[in-house]
Amino acid sequence: MGEPLIIDKGRTGRRGVLMPACDVPRTSVQEALPGVALRGRLPLPEVSELDTIRHFTRLSQRNHAIDLGFYPLGSCTMKYNPRANERAARLPGFAGIHPMQPAASVQGALQLLFDLQSWLAEISGMDAATVQPAAGAHGELLSLMMVHDYHRQRGDMQRDVVLIPDSAHGTNPASAARCGLRVQPVPSGPDGLTDMAALNRALSDRTAALMLTNPNTLGLFETNIGEICDLVHGAGGLVYCDGANMNALLGVARPGDMGFDVMHFNLHKTFSTPHGGGGPGCGAIGVKAMLEPFLPVPVVTCIDGVYALDVDRPHSVGQVHSFYGAFLIAVRAYNYIRSLGPDGLREVAEYAVLNANYVRSRLRSAFDIPHDRTCMHEVVLSAARQKSRNGVRAMDISKRLMDYGFHPPTNYFPLIVPEALMIEPTESESKETLDAFCDAMLEIARDCEATPDIVRSAPHGTVVSRLDETAAVKRLDVRWETKSG
Amino acid sequence: MSYTPHTDADRAAMLAAVGVGSVTELFEPIDPALRLNRPLNVPAALDEASLAREMAALAGRNASSSTHVSFLGAGIYDHFSPAVVDAIISRGEFLTSYTPYQPEMSQGMLQAVYEYQSLVCALTGMELANASMYDAATAIAEAALMAVEATGRKTVVVSPLLHPHYLRVLATYVRTAGYTLVCTAESDLRTSLVDPATREALSGAACLVLQSPNFMGIIEDLPEAIRCARDSGALSVVSVDPVSLGLLAPPGDFGADVVVGEGQGLGLAQGFGGPLLGFFACRLEHQRRFPGRIVGATVDSEGRRGYTMTLRTREQDIRRERATSNICTNEALCALAASVHLCAIGPQGLREMADLCFQKAHYAHRMLCAIPGIRPASLSPFFDEFALLLPDGADVVDLIDTLLNDGVIAGLALAPYRPDLPTGLLIAVTENRTRQDIDQLASAVAEYLTGRGPTHG
Repeated sequence: MGEPLIIDKGRTGRRGVLMPACDVPRTSVQEALPGVALRGRLPLPEVSELDTIRHFTRLSQRNHAIDLGFYPLGSCTMKYNPRANERAARLPGFAGIHPMQPAASVQGALQLLFDLQSWLAEISGMDAATVQPAAGAHGELLSLMMVHDYHRQRGDMQRDVVLIPDSAHGTNPASAARCGLRVQPVPSGPDGLTDMAALNRALSDRTAALMLTNPNTLGLFETNIGEICDLVHGAGGLVYCDGANMNALLGVARPGDMGFDVMHFNLHKTFSTPHGGGGPGCGAIGVKAMLEPFLPVPVVTCIDGVYALDVDRPHSVGQVHSFYGAFLIAVRAYNYIRSLGPDGLREVAEYAVLNANYVRSRLRSAFDIPHDRTCMHEVVLSAARQKSRNGVRAMDISKRLMDYGFHPPTNYFPLIVPEALMIEPTESESKETLDAFCDAMLEIARDCEATPDIVRSAPHGTVVSRLDETAAVKRLDVRWETKSG
Repeated sequence: MSYTPHTDADRAAMLAAVGVGSVTELFEPIDPALRLNRPLNVPAALDEASLAREMAALAGRNASSSTHVSFLGAGIYDHFSPAVVDAIISRGEFLTSYTPYQPEMSQGMLQAVYEYQSLVCALTGMELANASMYDAATAIAEAALMAVEATGRKTVVVSPLLHPHYLRVLATYVRTAGYTLVCTAESDLRTSLVDPATREALSGAACLVLQSPNFMGIIEDLPEAIRCARDSGALSVVSVDPVSLGLLAPPGDFGADVVVGEGQGLGLAQGFGGPLLGFFACRLEHQRRFPGRIVGATVDSEGRRGYTMTLRTREQDIRRERATSNICTNEALCALAASVHLCAIGPQGLREMADLCFQKAHYAHRMLCAIPGIRPASLSPFFDEFALLLPDGADVVDLIDTLLNDGVIAGLALAPYRPDLPTGLLIAVTENRTRQDIDQLASAVAEYLTGRGPTHG
């Protein structure tokens, strides 16, 4: 049984939470708002508080989550979201403060931002950081805006090309296009790493930046990273690090030391803040000193122990968020870093990488691994064998995993691996969980040979089976209908 | 703290399975010269109890709505959030789930987003809403860039009475994308579109962007502005306070093309300004240019109703540099909070909430304007926020600092944003303020002006 829409549970006149009585002398709305059109129909659900609780609780039970089970989505870092972070973010002194209060009345909040930003700079080997961007793609966009202004400030007006490997996240080219830059793809070599000759050919006096994910989306560390950065710098460009995969590097190596000039972090990946079904997140960025003048305003400063917000920054790109970014997400990340310390952070990277390599070692016999060597925090399998031999695709295998209670890996990404299954276990998962997952994958591989129909028609145990995506587009239904529309 | 479950035995067994002797060997692809050969310089680890004490101390250094009575608005409001909101968004099934790329395992979140889209459409009077944007500022910027695509025109016309931060964000997006931003005129703190320069700019504009109630709290003449934009071939992009829509007609009623706004007032914490909730709604005709995720209803292979992300070919992971936006992570949990809030209070609750804000703000306006030397900055109609002018020479920042010590956050000093209003004070009054709070503000302001005002040093 599906859960009905909440609008259909409503009954005229039913009330939930009540508002307080008006305790001031009333003003006539008509007299105070002459000529202003007032609200007519307001077709919202009329339900009781219990209706609301039951409805959304039932919806929650029709959802997978880290709290329920393994979530091996590659490039998404679905690690445990500690509840201590949630409690910290709900402290009234954080949750109940207004962004435009006088700075003297929010010294604790400003100190938290200042410290977190300095820790992010230290963790990444950068010189400064800001938590203003609300998501990874937002951090990419902000970074490219800063790169854009950096070149123009130097009179390098013609630099309008961003080089992006063909294995990159889709947000990279979309962010570049968003700030008027042209995208030029760079192919990966047969070893899954950046093709140095192709990179060399692509560089020119129009190169604004190279955007690189490291470890890349195949889970491989770009071993030539030092040389790559030197080449791009030699051509006058800057190097951007997509930090989605930073979980592999915490305390082990730093993008700033590798030669990257600017990077984004996903606090909702690496630093354990919850994904919330798609957000909110935080796409903090770190920059080298030459990009610091371009950081968005306001910048948190600390002079003699007094924190302030500086908006007088003549080279700043401007602002990319209504206020200072997702502050309460920053609180959670702060709490996480503070709880782990330097050794704990390094341990995160070590176990993330160990877990991924363990999965690789257990699944290499049953699935193709196009680049079967030591990986970082994630491993990319291919179902090409199952597709050609049994007509079973990566998506089928993913759907079949649901019948074992596991969320599927990332499918069909990176685009350069056919029938890709991208698995990122994260450090949170125990050997038992990984073994259960690998056992399921091996059983599915056997089913692909013996009973491929079971895999092709999966999932069989979920609340709905495969959905008609074509019908969803053709008969677009994106809101409930109420009387007279 | 440690959140890794590995025992020594696990670690040994796993290393053996991988075929290496130590974890360090796994990092061999990284050139030793590029590895960090020292511990990170961040504070040492803390146990949960000690850290909780430290965080409480840090939070305790902030004046908050728990310690102070606040009349600060300007985009973020101290509204009441029913207990059910936090109860639902704290559920791990929602809190710790990912973007619903796999619909069979994500029906709960998908249906919740579909319902959110429906609620936003009902509230704004529009046909299509996305699954959320970061905040009002970026929703406005995305709307402007969509209008550029839709019209082929490269000028964005904006009201100077848009929130100054939103204006700064819009300017950043428009400038770096290579387009032009032009401000309209204003009159009595309302957007004015009658002067020749504004008319001229509008005639070649992709869109007209304005906010109502505007930054000064004034309700704009939306029917006129939307008609003006349409007559010039520009789209109208209207940013609204969703709470005000319990009292005021929605922009959809006047034919607005895009309605955006800040959803924080619908159950979200002020949270020092984030995370926020940008809502974005438009006419169905823009469905192919629309930024962000959309959830649609469909059926499964057995004919059962189900929900899935749809119109996906607009999105960055498929369309890459030709995507309609780069948005990926959005504000799903904040959207869920807004949905729960709207369901919990219902239509009558939203009407009463808006009415209470209106009534209390107008009471506060009367009380404050009765103080000798204080004048309203405008005679135009307002909803729950208004600007006052204190006597010439009054130091608004000093007034705010003084009242802060008495437990009142008096509002926002306007001078940094409006040099033409050096004694301007912007005051917001929500349903959370009692008559006693308002009387306290009025008497504290009166006392300040008589006791410590410019004439008394």
